[in-house]
Amino acid sequence: MSPNYLPFGAPAGENTGMVRFDRVGLSYRQAGGGHAGPEVLHDISFTLPDGMFRWLLGPSGAGKTSVLRLMYLDALPTRGSLNVLGVDVETARRTALPRLRRRIGVVFQDFRLLAHLSVFDNVALPLRIAGRPEGQIRADVTEMLRWVGLGQKLGTRPMELSGGEQQRVAIARAVITRPSLLLADEPTGNLDDAQAERLMQLFKELNRLGTTVVVATHNDALVGRHPAPALRLDHGRLVGSG
Amino acid sequence: MRPAGFDELGLRRAVADRILPSLVAAMAFLAALALSGWVGAASLARHWQEGAGAVLTVQVPHPANAAAHGGGTRLARVLGLLTGTPGIAEARALTEDELGELLRPWLGAAAERLAIPLPAVIAVRLADARTDLAPLAARLEAAAPGTLTESHGVWIRRLSVLARSLQACAGLALLLVALVAAAVIAVATRAGLVARREAIEIVHGLGATDGYIAARFAARATLLAAAGGIAGAILALPILLTLATMAAPFAGLNAPADSPSNVLTALPTPLWLALPGLPAVAAAIGFLTAQATVRRWLRRLP
Repeated sequence: MSPNYLPFGAPAGENTGMVRFDRVGLSYRQAGGGHAGPEVLHDISFTLPDGMFRWLLGPSGAGKTSVLRLMYLDALPTRGSLNVLGVDVETARRTALPRLRRRIGVVFQDFRLLAHLSVFDNVALPLRIAGRPEGQIRADVTEMLRWVGLGQKLGTRPMELSGGEQQRVAIARAVITRPSLLLADEPTGNLDDAQAERLMQLFKELNRLGTTVVVATHNDALVGRHPAPALRLDHGRLVGSG
Repeated sequence: MRPAGFDELGLRRAVADRILPSLVAAMAFLAALALSGWVGAASLARHWQEGAGAVLTVQVPHPANAAAHGGGTRLARVLGLLTGTPGIAEARALTEDELGELLRPWLGAAAERLAIPLPAVIAVRLADARTDLAPLAARLEAAAPGTLTESHGVWIRRLSVLARSLQACAGLALLLVALVAAAVIAVATRAGLVARREAIEIVHGLGATDGYIAARFAARATLLAAAGGIAGAILALPILLTLATMAAPFAGLNAPADSPSNVLTALPTPLWLALPGLPAVAAAIGFLTAQATVRRWLRRLP
């Protein structure tokens, strides 16, 4: 994986990689009922300008994953206002959200690959959902997988890959659409130090090309090696920004 | 564009490919039977109404004996009275052959050779089915005592009401079968949603619309329901042919389905047209039910 030869350019579409939280609160619905549970995020307010890199830091249970879920529209705020890539999420029509999600790439700690699909089909999925022509998909996905070092494993199922290889497939899937906003939740959790370092180089290169990048981690050593502004959470509250 | 057959949600394993078509096949089989009941009842009602709505039968015992008043035989006297009565379009005495044909189902081929005194039977066609027959019956009885005047109208009306009721029952059965089929498909779709929840959430997170996800389920449900519908219609065909052959005499047909051309004519045309429609209707129910079920389920995702 060589970040010096990224197989794509700047983010596709309008580069409004801005995220704004304004006194956002979040509670999850309790399982088996419609009642809202206790609030897990309280009065979160910050603005993430275009093209920025931010660490999202805090101990386990601080609310990092919940903040990311709000950013990639997997959850909606129960109070306050949230603007992602120029769209006010709480007032937007539900039918407008899929198009917005296509402009956000997410790398999960547990990869969330589809086990019944090949590596190629996993990476091609966002492009197919977006309705891109199959010829272009074939070229883009093949090049992307060659770039992450999996050019020989296009037809392999994810379960047949190592953890590091699966992580690379997940990254390829997250960036294949050239997202305006790239989010990563503990992306180095399953990687050794060398792989983690290469991943960070990739994120920084994407950020240099204009993608807004937010990486949640509690890997202090990694943060120390790559100093950048951070959002710090504790017990569901933002305790530091910058 | 996604390639045809691309199974991103893994539905080939999640939506039962044996149980669902089997259940839909059973539903289609029942629907075919209900449909044949509908068509059959409608056909019988029409036949009875058209064929015998305005027909009167007059039986004259001892037809060759002398009439009570005036000259001539009892039969000639009754015929004369009938033809001279206003409101009667035609009165015709059945020949011995016709009488034998009528009695054949009850007395066998040698009915006319049996030493049974048979009455003469006069088939009367009324110009108006609502004609009051009581005065005519009294006049005929006076001219030839023992003469029986029998109107088919009351029975035809009763049989028609019965046939229409059977038709309504068949329609209700069809509706119920369609509802049960929809329920079966909805349950199978919900099971598929639960089984593939993680894949659905991943695809949803990558920006798939509700329509995109619902279309995958609908395509699968449509295919399986259509397969079930075809199997059910094919399974029902021999039974329908057998029933049609058995019912043919009641509908004025007597061609047994023993040759290819007779097989084609054994079933009423509306049934031949409706049978291929069963898989299409099953597919439509599959498509609409899966779409509605999935779209409703997806409302729980943001």
